[in-house]
Amino acid sequence: MFKYVIPLILFLVLAGFLYAGLSLKPREVPSPFIGKSAPEFNLPQLMQPEKSISRDELLGKVYLLNVWASWCVTCKYEHPLLMELQRSGLIDVYGLNYKDKREDARLVLRSTGNPYVANAYDEDGRVGIDYGVTGTPETFLIDKNGTVVHKIIGSLTPDDLRNCILPLVEQLRKADSNNQVSREAVEACVS
Amino acid sequence: MCFMRLIQVLSAGLLLLLAASVVANEAAPMAKDPVLEARVMAISDELRCLVCQNQTIADSDAELAVDLRNQVREMIVAGKNEDEIIDYMVVRYGDFIRYRPPVQPTTYVLWFGPFILFAVGLGVLILNIRSRRRNTSETDEEQLSTDERERVQTLLKQTSGDENK
Repeated sequence: MFKYVIPLILFLVLAGFLYAGLSLKPREVPSPFIGKSAPEFNLPQLMQPEKSISRDELLGKVYLLNVWASWCVTCKYEHPLLMELQRSGLIDVYGLNYKDKREDARLVLRSTGNPYVANAYDEDGRVGIDYGVTGTPETFLIDKNGTVVHKIIGSLTPDDLRNCILPLVEQLRKADSNNQVSREAVEACVS
Repeated sequence: MCFMRLIQVLSAGLLLLLAASVVANEAAPMAKDPVLEARVMAISDELRCLVCQNQTIADSDAELAVDLRNQVREMIVAGKNEDEIIDYMVVRYGDFIRYRPPVQPTTYVLWFGPFILFAVGLGVLILNIRSRRRNTSETDEEQLSTDERERVQTLLKQTSGDENK
């Protein structure tokens, strides 16, 4: 009897591991910045090179930092959603234009619309490295204290926004020393 | 004729020059100092390329890997040691960037699991062999009575006698 039960159990265990493996996303390396201060940067802006933009200027507001490039195909796919987000006025999106040619990036924004409040122009990808960017697009949700609350690797989806980002944003705006973000809101982003 | 020859030689020379410049372009990010380059590669060998995750950034030609190799090179030139460089990468990309995972509670299963599995397997094997040995020796004693032994002896004698003929 054992002779047949043991291989069956082994098979089930193996099948269980393989099944779990199907839904793993090895690309989605957890960001070491979650809960930590967003790295500092001070870069020229994309549209107005004579102006600069730094992390410290953005302290005090809740915003999304979207890492993108004109050569990035998934960014094009994501673009309409960002446009919609801008129209809704629910949250400001700042861009980190990563390893791009200024002209190419401007052309994209001019021809398809500019969903960003402002763009930091990271020509050599240094700030990208500081933020642990492995590919575009990546989106960081940053709170009033400049802390990274969440990171989404790959294109944002309406589901991400509805279930995770927007509820969190609402709470983060209200959050202060005696008003913490609820655990449910954070956990909604984990799945 | 002579003119044609000249053109041939010239164009061949031009091609060579072109080829040389192509090679030079590819080698551009490499440092000229082979000792430095060896150190860059040694450290890069400890870092995972997060684009093609089963390669180190020393092996990978992904753009990010090239950038990170350049970063490593710059940091060596700036006088940073290996630990500082790896820490710099871990701060930005997390422990996953280390090709050799650190031994810590979350990686105990990874590091010690195989040895535990091996020990369990070895234990099962030994138990199995022991019980099998016990079984065979018991059955020997049970099944062969003195009568049977004699029969075996006579049979063996017969066969050896047959062979002698």
